[in-house]
Amino acid sequence: MSKTVNFKVKGSRPQDRLNNPRRSFLKFGGATLATAGLVMSGCKEIYDFLPKQLQPDKVKLGSGDTGILNYAYALEQLEAAFYTLVIATDCGFTDHEYRVMEDLQQHEVAHRDFFKAALGNKAIEDLTFDFSDVNFLDKESVLATAKTFENLGVGAYNGAGKLLESADLLVVAGKIVSVEARHAAVILELMDPDSTFVEFISDGLDWALSPAEVLEAAQPFIINKIDASDLPTA
Amino acid sequence: MNIIKLFDSFNIEHKSEEEVDVYMSRKEAFRKIGSLAKKMTLASLPLAAFTAMPKMAFASGHEVLDVLKFALTLERLEYDYYQKGLDAGVIMGEDTGLFMAIRDHEMAHVKLLEETINALGGNLDGVASQFDFTAGGAFPSPFENYHLFLALSQAFEDTGVKAYKGQAPNLKDNDTLLTVALQIHSVEARHAARIRRLRNRKGWITEAEGIEGFGGTFKMATNPIYANENNTTHAGLDVLTVTDVEQDAVQEAWDEFLSKETVLEIATPFVAQ
Repeated sequence: MSKTVNFKVKGSRPQDRLNNPRRSFLKFGGATLATAGLVMSGCKEIYDFLPKQLQPDKVKLGSGDTGILNYAYALEQLEAAFYTLVIATDCGFTDHEYRVMEDLQQHEVAHRDFFKAALGNKAIEDLTFDFSDVNFLDKESVLATAKTFENLGVGAYNGAGKLLESADLLVVAGKIVSVEARHAAVILELMDPDSTFVEFISDGLDWALSPAEVLEAAQPFIINKIDASDLPTA
Repeated sequence: MNIIKLFDSFNIEHKSEEEVDVYMSRKEAFRKIGSLAKKMTLASLPLAAFTAMPKMAFASGHEVLDVLKFALTLERLEYDYYQKGLDAGVIMGEDTGLFMAIRDHEMAHVKLLEETINALGGNLDGVASQFDFTAGGAFPSPFENYHLFLALSQAFEDTGVKAYKGQAPNLKDNDTLLTVALQIHSVEARHAARIRRLRNRKGWITEAEGIEGFGGTFKMATNPIYANENNTTHAGLDVLTVTDVEQDAVQEAWDEFLSKETVLEIATPFVAQ
């Protein structure tokens, strides 16, 4: 199995091979997922009654610029894991669409690896994901998810710019967010070649979202509970 | 805590009612994607976001105005370009809707920047408003050749993305302005991606030199836009040393910024004398 994946996951790293996307998919697709889903469903009462050791550890993003970088790192992990699954699965894409997905996978893996290295020993752990709401055999479902992630990424970076202290990091975030915006535009174009930016047609401004808004949307896809409580808010 | 930070925190704690409304309506809008109500709400947003801004007492007011006027020059250039393109009928029928939407965004950016500059007590003196897209006859008219029209569109949009990116640090002391600039910046990136795709290019930047196919002068003129795109080092870290992703993809995954000087070097030939 790993052979198949290695064939398709261009430039995959050792930890990717260990974390074989297909295997994770199967794991999350079965009973594990049901339990995790219950825990993560926001049903506070049940969560509170679970024995401590069954509650997933919270992942603390940290404070200051480190916290913001970990926030970005979490989102890049999510995107990289998603596209790694996409290109390892037959989603029904045309050759052209598949090549686009390969590019997105490569870009997001590069972003992820960059943040991990930049954070060093301050980096959060490798997150585990729940993509059970995505039908990987249906390209419309995959594209709709990609659209969500890319737009969320754009809104996240745009909203986080003002939270960064370091001007250098602001530039790096700027270098990445425009690539996420390019991704979003291409995904929307693949979904509807005649689309004309209807999300913000009337004001010409893109989304800018707070970490709280972004994490509320992203958390259902992440098994670990993300703790953003120490992030700067202004 | 420096004085700018102090003003910043003052501004935040004393958010006006209007500002809070703006924030809420945008958040609300996010939840109601696609509804007409959202479009109507957003239409009135940008101006409100600025006029609601506390009278700015930031130390670097002059620099900020310079940045805004610089951005306005580019936005006027883009708006004029798309309007002329639409008027000339050079755009292929099926792409008209896309270019109308892009034109509308540029118009919104122009209005937003003009209002903001005025609201901050600045004026529009010295901001170019007349453009010549043959660059004084150096290129054939882009309004008679759709391929050239698209190539120049790509050049302008990729330049716009990189220009805003380069100015972001100069707006760092004002959260509202920085965020709006970032919101414009990523819209320019969306434009760039769609236009690149119309040219059968990837949506992300693959070039490390000027645009081919329209002669040496055009290639040379567009070279500064892409000349630094082969960089793989960000915040002092060479990404190639920490990933197995191939170099081409790493280069694509980060858009470089351009200095104001380089952007002006690219744009000035198109300003009518």
